[in-house]
Amino acid sequence: MTTVDEVLLTPAAEHDVPTGRMWLLHDSWTEALRHLRAMRRSPELLMYATIQPIMFVVLFVYVFGGAITAPGYSDYKQYLLPGIFAQTVLFNSSFTAVGLADDLTKGIIDRLRSLPMYQEAVLVGRTFSDVVRNLLTFTVMLGVAFAVGFRIEGTMAQAVSATVLLFAFSYAFSWIQALVGLSVGSVEAANSASFIWMFPLTFVSSAFVPVETMPGWLQPIAEHNPFTIVTNATRALYNGRDPGSDLWLAWAWAIGIALVFGLLATRKFASATGK
Amino acid sequence: MPAVIAEGLVKSFGNTKALCGVDFDVERGQILGVLGPNGAGKTTAVRILTTLLRPDAGRAEIDGIDVLEEPQRARARIGLTGQYAAVDESLSGHENLEHVARLYHMGTAVARERATELLERFDLLDAGSRVVKGYSGGMRRRLDIAMSLIARPSVLFLDEPTTGLDPRSRQSVWALIDELVRGGTTTLLTTQYLDEADRLADDIVVIDRGRAIARGSSEELKQQIGGELIEVELEDPGDAQRVIDVLGHHACGDPHVADDGRTVSLPVFRVEGLVPVAVRELDTAAIAVHDVAARRATLDDVFFALTGHAAEEGSTDGQDNGADGSDDGAADRSQAGGPGDGRAASGGDQVVVEEAVLQETERS
Repeated sequence: MTTVDEVLLTPAAEHDVPTGRMWLLHDSWTEALRHLRAMRRSPELLMYATIQPIMFVVLFVYVFGGAITAPGYSDYKQYLLPGIFAQTVLFNSSFTAVGLADDLTKGIIDRLRSLPMYQEAVLVGRTFSDVVRNLLTFTVMLGVAFAVGFRIEGTMAQAVSATVLLFAFSYAFSWIQALVGLSVGSVEAANSASFIWMFPLTFVSSAFVPVETMPGWLQPIAEHNPFTIVTNATRALYNGRDPGSDLWLAWAWAIGIALVFGLLATRKFASATGK
Repeated sequence: MPAVIAEGLVKSFGNTKALCGVDFDVERGQILGVLGPNGAGKTTAVRILTTLLRPDAGRAEIDGIDVLEEPQRARARIGLTGQYAAVDESLSGHENLEHVARLYHMGTAVARERATELLERFDLLDAGSRVVKGYSGGMRRRLDIAMSLIARPSVLFLDEPTTGLDPRSRQSVWALIDELVRGGTTTLLTTQYLDEADRLADDIVVIDRGRAIARGSSEELKQQIGGELIEVELEDPGDAQRVIDVLGHHACGDPHVADDGRTVSLPVFRVEGLVPVAVRELDTAAIAVHDVAARRATLDDVFFALTGHAAEEGSTDGQDNGADGSDDGAADRSQAGGPGDGRAASGGDQVVVEEAVLQETERS
């Protein structure tokens, strides 16, 4: 059967697939494209990712807002919304964990790891596609924020600086989530394991209420919470104030988390196999 | 030089030893069947050969390339079809193929062409533009195998390719593998089914608890264990020894009495024409029987013949469990019950399933 031979066989000379570092970008983009296609085909996932932060805005602005005062801010919205932006992009990082766990349980990671591709591109492609998802949700969020009366009072440069910081911080967290997704055994576990700890992280912070209103024993925790630092920095920038040391501290956290967890996730990936 | 060499592979997960020094090789153009129950270490061996796992000891080569030292070069030569169809459900069949082709660093045009070629070849051209979510189990499996062939691998790994498939799909996957083998693709196939290894493989290695306990051609193995059995179901369990005395001269191996004493199995070389003879002989000896039947040997029989114990479901790597075949009696039958539950006693059920599968597959 010649058709069989032609389609299925080949001389061994063709087996030398070019590999190496220069394929990192190509392979990452190929993987990112796979996720972006999937994203386009299930827009309902994107919708749910957007509904939750909108709910938070409505809840805090209209329900709790009247009871909360933020010193230094005459309008609570100006205080609150940068915190919700930060929480939204951070929550979105859990898509990385869920997506990787899904690929892992379906045996897709096994297949990818058996290909002559640049191996780490699987993680880079995944985290990158989640940044794109984040951009879409963030844009919707920003629209809602303006609709309820939030205004950017800083300069354009300050606003851009704040937004870039938010995305850098969320990207760093994607690598924590990559480690989570590769470590747990199922999509369901990834769902909880990627999410639960982010509630105390984002609520025991300055995002919704000033740290000074918390009980004394909780204040030092909230103050040193990296999420507080990022929120403070972006809040200052969006409101046209000086973020002070919070800005470079926030960047240090983002870079530190990305480096440490990037390394850990990459290591985990090198031995990750489906069930 | 063999296309695949595995030498002294050892791998432990915590305290459990998945592989305790396994050797085998696959000659170019041959198909090797690695036969064993769940948890025997089959998947672990495949994962080491396909660069997914590093062994604690031993070495492995693909086309003379050491997979531990040059994994990237080895990866360029292999195709892997794992236990579960590793397809992206949100992409179409064509996109799935193209995606893998791109990761083998083929150009866009070549990748596209190759994807179409394989869809056509695997009878998926019509479904090619549809999203995989709507594919049947058999179609997913075919697409999965097509994806592992995209770069015309020098060695193809098929890890339990029919586990979890319904009889019809199983038959079509067999036909597909048959063709691949005729086309000369060097293949390593793992399976829990003796009939699958028998039908597809040139050589068979039997693995049990991380060790290779037998190897040879399908014929050689059958000479050793008896490829077929004659099975006598008794009215009175006390007659078991008498049955062995009466029919023993037909047997080519040790007879086996099920735990309840009612079923006696005798391995024979050729079962053809033997049932009437056996019935006459039992009748002459005045032994009351429910049934005398011929059947093909199952993995359980092989294990009983080779090790004296039934094929047990180990938990060595916990990765061999074919849990997603729950809709398929054939795939699940070797898992009925836990270890040491007197599996041989349920042999009657297995025969029924086996025959149903055969009839089903022969019709299609």
